[in-house]
Amino acid sequence: MTEPLWPALLGRFGWQDLPFVRAWADPSLSEIIGAGAGALVVVGGLAVVVLITWLGRWGYLWREWFTSLDHKRIGILYVVIAFTMLSRALVEAVLMRMQQAAAINAPGFIAPDHFAQLFTTHGSIMIFFMAMPFLTGAINYVMPLQIGARDVAFPLLNAVSLWLTAGAAGLMMVSLVIGRFSTGGWTGYPPYTELAFSPDVGPDYWIWAVTLGSIGTTLSGLNFAVTIYKLRCPGMTLMRMPMFVWTSLCTSILMIFAMPPLTVATALLALDRYLGFHFFTNDLGGNMMNYANLIWLFGHPEVYILILPAFGVYSEVIATFSSKELYGYTSLVIATMAIAVLSFTVWVHHFFTMGQSANINAVFGIATMTIGLPTGVKIYDWIWTMFRGRVRFSVSMLYSLAFMMTFVLGGLTGIILAFPPLDYLVHNTLFLVAHFHNMLIPGLLYGMLAGYHYWFPKAFGFRLDEKWGRISFGCWVVGFYLAFMPLYVLGAGGMTRRSQAVFEPAFRPWLYVAGVGALVLLSALASLFVQLWVSIRNREANRVPVGDPWNAGGLEWSIAAPPPEYNFAVIPTVNDRDPFHGDKADGDPYAPPKRYEAIAMPANSMTGPALGVLGAVTAFGLVWHMWWLAGFGLAAGIATIVARSFVRDLHRTIPAAEVARIDRHWRRDIRKAKPVGRAVEGTPANRGLAEVEA
Amino acid sequence: MTSSKADAAREVRSYAIGYLLALLLTGFAFGAVYWRVASATTTFGIVLGLGLVQMVVHFRFFLHITLGKSSRADLQLILFSTLIIALMVSGTLVILFNLHHRMM
Amino acid sequence: MSATEGAHPGLNIAHPHAQAQEETETALFGFWVFLMSDAVIFALLFATYGVMLPATVGGPTPATVYEIGPAFLETLILLTSSFTFGLASIAMKHDAPCRRILGWMGATLVLGLAFLALEVRDFITMFAQGATPMRSGYLSSFFALVPLHGLHVAAGCLWLVVMMAQVVVFGLDGRVRINTLRLGLFWHFLDIIWIALFSVVYLQGLIR
Repeated sequence: MTEPLWPALLGRFGWQDLPFVRAWADPSLSEIIGAGAGALVVVGGLAVVVLITWLGRWGYLWREWFTSLDHKRIGILYVVIAFTMLSRALVEAVLMRMQQAAAINAPGFIAPDHFAQLFTTHGSIMIFFMAMPFLTGAINYVMPLQIGARDVAFPLLNAVSLWLTAGAAGLMMVSLVIGRFSTGGWTGYPPYTELAFSPDVGPDYWIWAVTLGSIGTTLSGLNFAVTIYKLRCPGMTLMRMPMFVWTSLCTSILMIFAMPPLTVATALLALDRYLGFHFFTNDLGGNMMNYANLIWLFGHPEVYILILPAFGVYSEVIATFSSKELYGYTSLVIATMAIAVLSFTVWVHHFFTMGQSANINAVFGIATMTIGLPTGVKIYDWIWTMFRGRVRFSVSMLYSLAFMMTFVLGGLTGIILAFPPLDYLVHNTLFLVAHFHNMLIPGLLYGMLAGYHYWFPKAFGFRLDEKWGRISFGCWVVGFYLAFMPLYVLGAGGMTRRSQAVFEPAFRPWLYVAGVGALVLLSALASLFVQLWVSIRNREANRVPVGDPWNAGGLEWSIAAPPPEYNFAVIPTVNDRDPFHGDKADGDPYAPPKRYEAIAMPANSMTGPALGVLGAVTAFGLVWHMWWLAGFGLAAGIATIVARSFVRDLHRTIPAAEVARIDRHWRRDIRKAKPVGRAVEGTPANRGLAEVEA
Repeated sequence: MTSSKADAAREVRSYAIGYLLALLLTGFAFGAVYWRVASATTTFGIVLGLGLVQMVVHFRFFLHITLGKSSRADLQLILFSTLIIALMVSGTLVILFNLHHRMM
Repeated sequence: MSATEGAHPGLNIAHPHAQAQEETETALFGFWVFLMSDAVIFALLFATYGVMLPATVGGPTPATVYEIGPAFLETLILLTSSFTFGLASIAMKHDAPCRRILGWMGATLVLGLAFLALEVRDFITMFAQGATPMRSGYLSSFFALVPLHGLHVAAGCLWLVVMMAQVVVFGLDGRVRINTLRLGLFWHFLDIIWIALFSVVYLQGLIR
């Protein structure tokens, strides 16, 4: 424990809370790595600030991005957060894999406490600050376009959600520089995370980062659900919505109802830690089993929040790149809804071993097996979509194919885990770790990457580099199999999860293979960044200004790439699914509107960034017991909300002449472009205008 | 269409009816406990039942949630939420009481 | 759209303005969704309370710390405040003079603050008896559930003050109407939570 430096001002902060001071005192490799990470954050943050200042772009960033309420800008910022945090968490994974490979009857190079922080941050970041922002960003960008809307129902709330998430992610990064993180795993089980066993700042960082993020997510779910219910364009009935919108709707419903249990669990833990309550303590009536119950009431629907948007992406991608209509739309809708509702009935399978009766376990085991059925229906629908289609092996399609095969394997191990007696054997072993990575990487991550490749041209106006896309894909798939298949063997062989040290020499070859896999996965990530660099460099050659590079059917493809701020010059009316396919088949997909009208868009607002910063400041104050700072942050946050409510001028009007000018500019691009067939869609000949067969 | 005064009077009457019903239901619930009208379990059942009815009164008279078309979406939302809440609360109680029982 | 921003939105069905009506519906539906997520939080705190009722650890029990009189009075006050807010809503809907609307809102505020004062008094009495949340799991669960409701009421009172100020400053423009409607939903919702509270916490605890 560290000596507080200046309690009145700095709470419980002391010099020892800086990793640089700790590494100086104890220059072990473990401490040096920790200090290096902290240094990276500081230097990296400074470098970004210096770069932006040198380029003179603060004004631009503030006006065009940070205070924008445009769902497209907000969506992109979410994805930026996701990629940034993915980089950190993947490096943490590599460190853990290297440690386990090195620590077979040897100390390794990462100390136990450091290792525990690594697995905690890895899980917390991947779930809350990589996966959630990635899918929230995808839904944010794509869903309003697909329903023919100009923005989400509550644009300011959207910005607030983004900035709360950003503030929480910032808090995670600050924990690398000041203090330490929790060692209690991403689910933070008490009594280990109670004051009696973890009096340090770690669990507090975890609690507040997760709380800020979860508030953001709940509000996003609310926003998306209301948008889909209320803002669909004329003619778009529920059964004419694209599958990505259906999955976004069900994801939103899950967000609305599944985040509150997390808020309750972390809030009660905070009450225990800050005010001496006894919800989950060992003494005076605490019941830590209720924590497991609450956290998994959240945790199970959470994994369906993670996977449903990916399923939506696959539906879009597989249909488009099979050059065929999506098979079994109604069954896909019913399956999605079934998954959403059933996801609230299976949470006990995360703690089969906690001690409840066999009958209770049996009920939840059966429910868990049941939830595999609608997913199976979806897989069949996707296979039937490809059947007799003309399948094109674009990068997005490659991810979808890898998903279908690999995810099903993981699903089978899920059915194994759904049997309580089998679960008793492998609970908390690497078998479980292999299972959930087998669901999340081929499921969620490939889905998000498929979506990234699919919609990037729409968002930025040029396609991503194909070659590096395939290199990255190859590394992701090979890396995944190498890194995680051995874990099934290790888990079945008895190796416990979260182990800093290994004492069974028989595990060695498997751990080595897994280690190599981790390095391949790191290459996969690096390839993605190379791809982005190359794509930006080659952007002129790969421009698709007309906006339909893949000959797809959703409304988002019927507008320019990048789209204008207001999305549609005239709100479309639809009369079928895949309305753009219908328009193209009818022969005049780019008919100009009869007249242009002025469009009112939400004016920029600094409320989002203000609340994000103030939320993070309040959280930081709470973590370090700087009560003055926490109080200030909270008061200023409330004042910001009240002040915003007094603002009357909430809109900016874009004059009809301006709308007309932007639209005509796009129509010039359409006239200049030549329609291309699918054979050349990956070449510079593709300007985003699809050749439609009669 | 603008017989505003008559509309207002009707609406006030509706709120007043809701208020009176709620008062009655509250009174009966507190009375049942204060005057020990039945066994502990039965009394609790009465209290919960009256509470449930009073919630419906509030929804109907104060929040205007009816079976009509204008509040259809709100009603569906409330019913779905009730389902989820019922699952979560009953699940929690069953599981935790089972654990409690097996620990004793 | 901005030209009609200041015009009356769809509260007056007699003069429907289609787009404003849609905006009001969207805003209110969104607020209902928020209330439902809040309801889940309360529901889980109720469940936790139910689970931890036996965890009195030899300390104060419900029977020893709850008093039926104050609970009944608080219930009446909160219920009446719902009624007065309803009267404020009707006044706003029918474009009554601002003084009448502010009067009913003020009455609601006074009742809300009275409710809070009584509740705080209850807590102080409990503390004096040694019934603090740090004493046992049962008391922890009580002091998470009931003060959370109280915090919501306090937030509602702050919101009431803000709305009253905005009625004075802006009159009954579109945003004021929508936000007052949302506050109404919030206030009535809190009374519904209180029904569950007095039933499950106070009355259950006082049954002999």
